[in-house]
Amino acid sequence: MDFLRPTTWEEALAAKAQLPGAVPIAGGTDVMVEINFAQRRPEALLDLGRIAELTTWERDGETVRLGAAVPYTRVMSELRRELPGLALAAHTVGSPQIRNRGTVGGNLGAASPAGDCHPALLAAGAEVEAASVRGTRRIPVEEFYTGVKRNALAPDELIRAVRVRTATGPQQFSKVGTRNAMVIAVCAFGLALHPDTRTVRAAIGSAAPTPLRVGAAEEFLDSALAEAGLWESRAVVPPSVARRFAELAAAACSPIDDVRGTAAYRRHAVSVMARRTLLWTWESYRGGDRTEGGTPCA
Amino acid sequence: MRVNLTVNGRPQQADDVWEGESLLYVLRERLGLPGSKNACEQGECGSCTVRLDDVPVCACLVAAGQAEGRQVVTVEGLADLAHERAGSPAEEAAGGHRAEPAPLSPVQQAFIDAGAVQCGFCTPGLLVAADELIERVPRPGDADIREALSGNLCRCTGYEKILDAVRLAAARTAEPAAAAGAGE
Repeated sequence: MDFLRPTTWEEALAAKAQLPGAVPIAGGTDVMVEINFAQRRPEALLDLGRIAELTTWERDGETVRLGAAVPYTRVMSELRRELPGLALAAHTVGSPQIRNRGTVGGNLGAASPAGDCHPALLAAGAEVEAASVRGTRRIPVEEFYTGVKRNALAPDELIRAVRVRTATGPQQFSKVGTRNAMVIAVCAFGLALHPDTRTVRAAIGSAAPTPLRVGAAEEFLDSALAEAGLWESRAVVPPSVARRFAELAAAACSPIDDVRGTAAYRRHAVSVMARRTLLWTWESYRGGDRTEGGTPCA
Repeated sequence: MRVNLTVNGRPQQADDVWEGESLLYVLRERLGLPGSKNACEQGECGSCTVRLDDVPVCACLVAAGQAEGRQVVTVEGLADLAHERAGSPAEEAAGGHRAEPAPLSPVQQAFIDAGAVQCGFCTPGLLVAADELIERVPRPGDADIREALSGNLCRCTGYEKILDAVRLAAARTAEPAAAAGAGE
């Protein structure tokens, strides 16, 4: 095994082009587990920890360009206003020790269906900035997850950043697990109100082979809110609308039975989280909050 | 490969390090610092918590090569760290070497006094995490303490005495500062 330590992004891309089998490592919270348990013996580790620009973020128009190696702790402390859903999701990852090391870029690279960032990114609207010596391309996050722990990156590509739309309305993230810390999601749900476009985006985690948006539920809700004029009136969402939204969200799941929970439980939990996150965000919207990041998870 | 790093203020060098090796393995097996404990090797238990450039991390999830040129503090260095924070430069002036080891840090003493140690396996990780909390949040509330220690598992104590110990350490650490502030 080689240990590659590029100090610039160009060096990192050159190394990945030369040795596509090199596994990028930033926080190490996924990669080192696989190495410690002898589940993975890559020909090389590509340490991204010395590339300064990966650990910064900046506003770029209506988006935040979040460097791939910004740890969760900083997403929580620095981006709660711009990216409230992602900040909430980051807060549910592991423990302080894990959040100090783990990164959104790593979550995307691992592409686990249970990754906590994914529902928040899908709900907010995001693009993954993938780079190689051949150039840079932006992949809509919906197209990034291609299977269980598989993503759309080419063998010579690295994740430079993720571009997330800045919140224009309240966002929520909810996750079911056996305790508040140190749990992989049994299932998770992210929801974002976009009052600027009069749309709601919502996504599930850990309830299908990949994280995914609940398209039919979103479409139903968008028309129901529009027909009743609720974006303008800021009136209460009728219980029948919330219930139907929850049913459609559950119907979007294709969960499995495993040690963490049964498929039936996951489907039920997703419907509960869908209804709750909708009502929490709508209450914030009614109260005039531009964004919301304070309510604890379900 | 060779890895150079600073551990508890002292420059260290480890040779023949395997590229997939963890910082924890280097500390325990190559540098003779077995205080950080090796249990789950997947970041679940917090027994290997150390500070890497001041930040609490699981040493089992840091590749050794990632620690090149970095500063590491382990449980073995907590007493010296507390000593430095309290501003006792006398020994450093005399060559940086103390005739006697520094007394226990406030957090270590509080764990003893509160009865927060049973089998002791989780204790080093808890001490490093608790020490960092009190440095960052001098008067932590219970929610702060619970969150800061949420990545450290203890299967003996039921945590209550550990929470007592952290409250005690925070109070003792704040006391001299409060007294000095009142005197000015």
